[in-house]
Amino acid sequence: MIKTNTLAKDYQERSRKRLTKLTVGLLICSVGLIADILIGPSWLTIQETFTALFKPEEVETAVRVIVWTFRFPATLMALGVGAALGIAGAVMQTILDNPLASPYTLGISAGAGFGAALAIVFGSMVTTAFGPYLVPTCAFLFAMLTSFVIYLLGKLKGLSPATMVLSGIGLSFLFQALQSLLQYISTPEVLQNIVFWLFGSLTKSNWFTVTLIYIVLLVVIPAIMADSWRLTALKLGDEKARGLGINVERLRVKMFILVSILTSAAVAFVGIIGFIGLVGPHVARMLVGEDQRFFVPLSAVFGAALLSFASIGSKVVSPGAILPIGIVTALIGVPFYFSLILRGKRGWL
Amino acid sequence: MIDIIGLSFGYKEQMVLNDISFEAKPGEITAIIGANGIGKSTLLKNVCGLLEGDGTIKICGKPLREYRPSELSSQVSYLSQDTVSHALLTVFEIVLLGRIERLSQRISDEDIQAVDAVLHRLGIESFAFRYIGELSGGQRQLVFIAQALIRNPQVLVMDEPTSNLDLNYQFQIMELIKKLTVTEGLTTLITLHQLELAARFAEKIIVLDGGRVYGSGTPSEVLTRAMLREVYRMDVEIVNSAGAIHIVPICRHVS
Repeated sequence: MIKTNTLAKDYQERSRKRLTKLTVGLLICSVGLIADILIGPSWLTIQETFTALFKPEEVETAVRVIVWTFRFPATLMALGVGAALGIAGAVMQTILDNPLASPYTLGISAGAGFGAALAIVFGSMVTTAFGPYLVPTCAFLFAMLTSFVIYLLGKLKGLSPATMVLSGIGLSFLFQALQSLLQYISTPEVLQNIVFWLFGSLTKSNWFTVTLIYIVLLVVIPAIMADSWRLTALKLGDEKARGLGINVERLRVKMFILVSILTSAAVAFVGIIGFIGLVGPHVARMLVGEDQRFFVPLSAVFGAALLSFASIGSKVVSPGAILPIGIVTALIGVPFYFSLILRGKRGWL
Repeated sequence: MIDIIGLSFGYKEQMVLNDISFEAKPGEITAIIGANGIGKSTLLKNVCGLLEGDGTIKICGKPLREYRPSELSSQVSYLSQDTVSHALLTVFEIVLLGRIERLSQRISDEDIQAVDAVLHRLGIESFAFRYIGELSGGQRQLVFIAQALIRNPQVLVMDEPTSNLDLNYQFQIMELIKKLTVTEGLTTLITLHQLELAARFAEKIIVLDGGRVYGSGTPSEVLTRAMLREVYRMDVEIVNSAGAIHIVPICRHVS
């Protein structure tokens, strides 16, 4: 009994440390949230921003509009999309047993990019009920289509992770080529719009799109977490997971559908943002290992924190303007990523 | 108790197992031997329900097809040949996964006690919180045996548990399996390449050759010069010394 107490104590100590890491991650997100709202090209003072936030009736309309219509939704969008991409990367890496899997490397972002480019090029020619939402809708549909094709190709080989990863990489090249073709035939104005979308941007966020992304997160996260032990078992390999009574194919399909929805929703509203889906899970893995009860939430938290700080960076780098977030994410992310690789002690972190 | 009656299985058109029949009893180790690629692992996977062939397999008197997957996995613990894992999971977490049907987000005291008991039984409690990738082959094998035991199975199915292990670990693992089989009354079905280990620890040996059962019986009945010549294409000397069977290879038999 004394020994049992020791093991229980050790386990509780480890759990406490993991929860502390999660709490620290959430605190970093909170700092990002506050800093992201306070910083912007319009040079509002801290006091003005806080007053606009908590007592909107006491500030001028222009200040209220800047804070509530532009900054606040973009800030929440950064956190929501970062969390979505972090979770999507984490779950993809688990179900495909590949540390390089992410929405970007699997071509889902490229699919969304092609969908958006298609809508930008041909959108003006058709009357549509979607209005400003034609581009994100098209991006969403093509991202989902990419996932579906990856699934279909994988299905031909018994949902083998290797086939799915290789199919995704192939589709990535295909959609990039198609998107280049669209850019090649477009007018300079349309080309500019496509390129701007592809850079990724939080500035188009509004309360409707923010609400949508958080609804998707609220639906998808509990559905993933309900299977966290099964996902952990999958890390031991398909055969061992089956030996534990898990229907591996069903679990893989369910998770793939959930992360496809998550990824498609995330990239549809903000454009192509690489890296978050790769780096978020790698940081989480280094900190807590691959017990998915902690790994998935921590991937979300670090994905959110990373995009939030990239958003801050995009406003600080060139005062008075906002650099596209996709560019900043890579600029900040790559050195950080290299430092993780070089410091990692266990093979691929 | 495992009853296999007329089991046949093939991958696409290639038949691997042909009309296999034998039984394995509780409290005994039944070892399956045979040349590489002869279908030993395929046979084990059929017993665990990971593959499905023609014929009938009964576990504890009930046909395999009548089991629900979770019910079957709680009766039959399967240890695959591969214990290499790059997962960043601790020994504690891997053993805990043996109780996957009962786990919730929060680990209960009962779960911790169950893991603790099995880790102590196997003497691996000191590395409870080390990552599996940091352990040696023998230690990893013990971890997966612990995961199998925590499920309180009736049937233990192990695919070459001693491959890649040094002599000391080979004996340690086999002695442990023997002890568990006898004390827990497990029906243990095991594939082995080391025939002397099979002779020493198994009550019954099944020899597979050409997808069929070449012979079955006690080690001294089965491990004969004729069998080794036909199945393994080896000329050997069989020496009985101090109650143990030793197989001394003389030369490769080419025919």
